[in-house]
Amino acid sequence: MSPAKTAPRINDFVVKFANVNGSGSASANGLFARAILRMGVPVAARNIFPSNIQGLPTWFEVRVVEAGWRGRRGGVDFMVAMNPQTWDKDLAEIEPGGYVFYDSTKPLPASRFREDVTTIGVPLTAITNAAYSDARQRQLFKNIIYLGALSALLDIDPAEIEKLFSEQYKGKEALLEPNRKALRMGRDHALANFQCPLPLRVERRNAVGNRIFVDGNSAAALGALYGGATVAAWYPITPSSSLAEAFMKWCRKFRTDMPGGRKRYAIVQAEDELASIGMVIGAAWNGARAFTATSGPGISLMQEFLGLAYFAEIPAVLFDVQRGSPSTGMPTRTQQADLIVCAYASHGDTKHVLLFPEDPREAFEMGAQAFDLADRLQTPVFVMLDLDIGMQDWLCEPFAWDDSRRMDRGKVMTAKDLDAGKDFGRYLDVDGDGIGYRTYPGTHPTRGSYFTRGTTKDRYARYTEEGPAYVDNMQRLLRKFETAKDLVPAPVITAAAQLTRAGVVYFGSTGAAMAEALADLERGGIHLDRLRVRGFPFHDAIADFIADHDHVFVVEQNRDAQLKMLLVNECGIAPDKLTSILHYDGTPITARFIAREIGEKARVFNVAPLRKVAG
Amino acid sequence: MTYLAKPKIHHPDLPTNALGYTRRDYEGAISTLCAGCGHDSISAAIIQAFFELDIAPHRVAKLSGIGCSSKTPTYFLGNSHGFNSVHGRMPSVLTGAALANRDLIYLGVSGDGDSASIGLGQFAHVLRRGVNMVYVVENNGVYGLTKGQFSATADKGSKSKRGAANSDEPIDLVLLALALGATFVARGFSGDKTQLVPLLKAAVAHRGAAFIDVISPCVAFNNHPGSTKSYDYVREHNDAVNRLDFMPTREPIVTDYAPGSVRDIVLHDGGLLRLRKLDDAYDPSDKVGAMSYLESHRAKGEVVTGLLYVHPDSGDLHDAMQTVDAPLNALGDAELVPGTAGLAAVNDSLR
Repeated sequence: MSPAKTAPRINDFVVKFANVNGSGSASANGLFARAILRMGVPVAARNIFPSNIQGLPTWFEVRVVEAGWRGRRGGVDFMVAMNPQTWDKDLAEIEPGGYVFYDSTKPLPASRFREDVTTIGVPLTAITNAAYSDARQRQLFKNIIYLGALSALLDIDPAEIEKLFSEQYKGKEALLEPNRKALRMGRDHALANFQCPLPLRVERRNAVGNRIFVDGNSAAALGALYGGATVAAWYPITPSSSLAEAFMKWCRKFRTDMPGGRKRYAIVQAEDELASIGMVIGAAWNGARAFTATSGPGISLMQEFLGLAYFAEIPAVLFDVQRGSPSTGMPTRTQQADLIVCAYASHGDTKHVLLFPEDPREAFEMGAQAFDLADRLQTPVFVMLDLDIGMQDWLCEPFAWDDSRRMDRGKVMTAKDLDAGKDFGRYLDVDGDGIGYRTYPGTHPTRGSYFTRGTTKDRYARYTEEGPAYVDNMQRLLRKFETAKDLVPAPVITAAAQLTRAGVVYFGSTGAAMAEALADLERGGIHLDRLRVRGFPFHDAIADFIADHDHVFVVEQNRDAQLKMLLVNECGIAPDKLTSILHYDGTPITARFIAREIGEKARVFNVAPLRKVAG
Repeated sequence: MTYLAKPKIHHPDLPTNALGYTRRDYEGAISTLCAGCGHDSISAAIIQAFFELDIAPHRVAKLSGIGCSSKTPTYFLGNSHGFNSVHGRMPSVLTGAALANRDLIYLGVSGDGDSASIGLGQFAHVLRRGVNMVYVVENNGVYGLTKGQFSATADKGSKSKRGAANSDEPIDLVLLALALGATFVARGFSGDKTQLVPLLKAAVAHRGAAFIDVISPCVAFNNHPGSTKSYDYVREHNDAVNRLDFMPTREPIVTDYAPGSVRDIVLHDGGLLRLRKLDDAYDPSDKVGAMSYLESHRAKGEVVTGLLYVHPDSGDLHDAMQTVDAPLNALGDAELVPGTAGLAAVNDSLR
């Protein structure tokens, strides 16, 4: 390694780990990210993994970013190249002036390196083989050894890593010392052989505060628990399985009666997605709060049942953790491509309520809120996460709850109401909001029972094939959807620093890159008001925002501009008013991408004030 | 005459059960099925079973899929909530309902198309999970509502009304139910109420997955010579393994005068199942024996009816899951939401 000549870059760089799946690297890489957080410096971390258990390439990217941006930046400053399979590609990704860190046990010819990238070779295999004889230990501790070397090179406080070891191995103290030893070996080697720290380095700050580092699937599952869900039925599918598993974990912690271990919840791993949603519908019909977690292919399988749930007005909750589609697509890559299939799920005339969290914290909030909305509206509610939110750890505000909040079970007629002589018509629009009263099975010996069916019925739930009764019911369902507009979370509108006629509309995980992209654009003189959509049906404020701007960009992570489609279709907006910025290669959208795309198009639209050119 | 509303006036002298309900209180709307349909006899047997069991109609939830059989829950237990779900998926809806409230009685009604064709997967999984329910298949070997196509239970070689022969092997749901771990497996015949009513009563008292396959000839499409599910065929080839009485615990057990082999099975709730054996070799607690008995009689072209297998100490899905005694749908904020105190610990663990 030659001493770097560049100026120090403190708390603002991207480190990427290129590993082999199943090599135990995830744990070491996680420690790397958390140690930096413990030093008070924000990170944005992303695990980029294959659909595989062992052998294929996997990457972990840590963006050290004091400014707190949560999206990917694009580009890599420091590559930990531990996977020979991907060496060329990994090397090519490094920004000029960056670093490549590799296992130099077997020397590589100079032709395999780049002149504009500093090479740091540490003989990891040699060090490991000298210290350990057991093959498994060699594998695992090699990861800790490179972590130790990185701590010296990037100036990460080893005490923070050791503290994390103690927390991780609580109750398994025998593992503590070997880990500390491996960490020291790597660290000592780096200190002895390189000029540490590098110009890329971490410096202690107080920029993390009380924020938490959590993945969206765990957060959404906790939301479901706080939302009062008692029945969950699911079928394993990436990237949603960890949501159901997290619900299990939270329930074990919070919903187990002690002593005795009796459970205040029921979770079924169903035989398929059809059965999952069927169970959710059965449980919700019977008065329990119930949900399923799935991804695009699962949503496809649930279509028939979703039509039934819409028409029979069953308050089901679905968490759709979106991935690259269609078909099996890119199961371990992110996309926002299930909007249309969820918004209009099933045959016939259907429309569904969708919620769009932007991060784990909002996944928690909407995860809980979905159950109130489903009960209030007596209809399926979809919480639209994606792999980026669901399976990545995000730095976000701590979870908060209002203890005075109570579950809103919506319009439910009780035995007392029925005894008091209240007129019960399951599909009777008594309040003009399109929502009827329901009864739970078993409520009253002689009143309030009704037959739930997917076939047409009159206002009193009696079977009929009369056209006017059908139309009457379908019109009421539209009124109900209108009611939903003001109940779903309102959009978040943020005005640009300067008055502008241009705006940008986006939703979900795109928010992470959007704030940074707009700050970049602003520095270049392009100002955009922004609106983040949080729910469907669309709040009136969304159409108003679009009407108030001359040019509106719609940024989304799918090929077909699905949000734009919904906006055009539901709000009657002229399609040419909306300019799509689309990113759908399976990686999370970056600030660089948004800024470049909007920057180019904005110039065409004359969004930026043109410089006066002489002559 | 299905368009005539049924008069609501009860005859003052109608007998009542222990709860004061008359038989009429267990009826539903008038059937819209064809006159003479086997399914209507099954509805009548269900009405009689629940009336005699002194179960309040509203404590029963009746669920079905799609098809002629799945329409029948409208025709019995009018004061029960009913759910006519989607084709072949009643079992999952019933499972969810049973998880939500363990205190109700769940009656699943399905047909051979609904359970053996489109819904075979859900049929299998609901039985192996041990959902506490009575699952009745009204089996006529034919699709009625779509006018006479073969279902997966149609016997090989049986002829459709238009003369086409079925060349596919039939699925025997009873045999399948045994293999899948159902803890109560029986077969009845819609034309034999004396056998069917006690079977239904015993199935209701059974804790766990109780399955009854009821052969129910379709008068419109499958009651002709050549059909193995016609009235005549079943009457001629019926081999009943046992006759049974079901006595709930509160009834005094009368002395049994029947000579010879009588066998009492004490059920989970203390109810007594009294088998009057017609075939001395038959032991309903022997699952392996039941399977071989079924197969050997099938080879002879006989339809075995009766209680084929019962596990007297069976548990259900709630037992396996260790859910609390209170129905999950009755739990409130206090039991379900850990509040800010719970969140503080969670937040701390994520820093």
